[in-house]
Amino acid sequence: MTPLLTYVLRLADDNLIVAQRLGELIASMPDLEEDIAVANIGLDHLGQARNFYHYASELDPDGRDEDQFAMERSEREFLNATLVEQPNGDFAQTQVRQFLLDAYQVPLYGAMTASADERLAAIAAKAVKEARYHLERSSAWVVRLGDGTPESFERVSRAVDYLWPYAGDLFHADDVEVELAESGVAVDPATIRPTFNATVAAIFATANLTVPDEAYVRSGGRTGFHTEHLGHLLPEMQSLYRAHPGATW
Amino acid sequence: MSETTTNNQAVDESTDPDLQAEFDARLAADQKVEPRDWMPEKYRKTMIRQIAQHAHSEIIGQQPEGNWITRAPTLKRKAILMAKVQDEAGHGLYLYSAAETLGVSRDELMDMLHTGRQKYSSIFNYPTLSWADMGAVGWLVDGAAITNQVMLTRTSYGPYARAMIRICKEESFHQRQGYEIMLTLCNGTEAQKAMAQDALDRWWWPSLAMFGPPDAESTHTAQSVAWKIKRETNDELRQKFVDMTVPQAEILGLTIPDPDLEWDAEAGHYRFGEIDWDDFWQVVKGNGPCNRERIAHKTKAWDDGAWVRQAAVQHTRRASQASPSENLVLSPSDAGAA
Repeated sequence: MTPLLTYVLRLADDNLIVAQRLGELIASMPDLEEDIAVANIGLDHLGQARNFYHYASELDPDGRDEDQFAMERSEREFLNATLVEQPNGDFAQTQVRQFLLDAYQVPLYGAMTASADERLAAIAAKAVKEARYHLERSSAWVVRLGDGTPESFERVSRAVDYLWPYAGDLFHADDVEVELAESGVAVDPATIRPTFNATVAAIFATANLTVPDEAYVRSGGRTGFHTEHLGHLLPEMQSLYRAHPGATW
Repeated sequence: MSETTTNNQAVDESTDPDLQAEFDARLAADQKVEPRDWMPEKYRKTMIRQIAQHAHSEIIGQQPEGNWITRAPTLKRKAILMAKVQDEAGHGLYLYSAAETLGVSRDELMDMLHTGRQKYSSIFNYPTLSWADMGAVGWLVDGAAITNQVMLTRTSYGPYARAMIRICKEESFHQRQGYEIMLTLCNGTEAQKAMAQDALDRWWWPSLAMFGPPDAESTHTAQSVAWKIKRETNDELRQKFVDMTVPQAEILGLTIPDPDLEWDAEAGHYRFGEIDWDDFWQVVKGNGPCNRERIAHKTKAWDDGAWVRQAAVQHTRRASQASPSENLVLSPSDAGAA
């Protein structure tokens, strides 16, 4: 795979896997408004994933389409960060996972609108508007839970502790991203980390939460080295497609 | 029923002949009844029962289709299904709002759903066992619902009628999407076509039963027609649905599971076999394949969410005490830049 195809698949996979997680939650949220919101945000991520897969399809020497990328690759071929494959857990874990992703995607897409690659810039220009709205929502929830009841504070604190090390995986850059960033195509994750840190610091301060110390980050998602959770998510997602090889749906 | 009435409602338990005459004249002139108008208590209660049952059906109806979101066979189908289930939650939201104009709160209605004091459409007590059910539910269940709902856009209670106009537009879109899934399966592999036939076999009779008991046995039909809540009877609507659907099945190349089905050229209608009403009533009474699961899932989501709702209320209370004039909406983009 070319570095650009690898990079585009990483972007697509982050969005597909989180969309799949949000799809698990539909009709299970604390109230009707949240049921609507979770579907809405899941759809945004699914839409972003599809836009990136469509571009990946053009870059792929085998010309795989979006469904082949989503349904025919194995666990070791998925390139999403390990954060997005983490289980939904309770409402606090779902919202903190979303907040960390949103706080990363807003500056990521913001910077990507200036990419030397016109396709990436165009996809990012649409995605950044959605990401800003997602961040507004997830931030508001982190604050409500942190500044809510003793139970909600306890739950959101636990979620932060659990998820924080996985957030680091979002910022892991290997030669693929560094080289593409040098040519102005990719966004070097190091350049958006300060914005991410500032967002986290500001929202956590309002939510009475402590920003955890820099955790040791065991990166791996970007090169297909995942937590065990992805190996359960994929078989469910791919089961019907794989049961009928070559069928049209 | 114990629904409370709020002070913006025109509550009058008496049967003031002038008010009753005004109400009757309004219906006779085909004008809408609006929330502040006087209405007979029985009309109000009937309206609450019907709108709430409809809202509950939308909410419970998310479950059988939500069952396939994680396994949709393509990303496009996944997106369409997620959007559809989201639409259903949206329908629930504006139907609960319409019910609230009659002086009952959403919390009270939710409680009546969770405790089984109000019903939802029995159709959602059947399981979705294959992907073809996403097609059959859209085509048949939404199709049956639309047949009923188009009539309700002309119902006498204004807020309900207006909600139904918007809902019908989205439902007819869903129905076309469902039919398109069936068409794709029927043009697909043998296994896909068998899946489609199996789904039709399982959903046909429950869909016909959706229109409710025969007119002769329906406890609500006569009064609802007189009040112009219903504009057509259960049997009329059921016939309309059968006449519309049989030719669609022929295009798909599927067989409707009814040996008595035949075209009556003289009447211009399809004649169909006897519905198993005993089974229908068993499902209504709680003995369908999924009754327990549907309510258990809904109440678990509600109970699991209690701490979240409490936290939101507590935070809002504290924030408004700290700075009553401050806008509570957070702006993280500003926060991030700070």
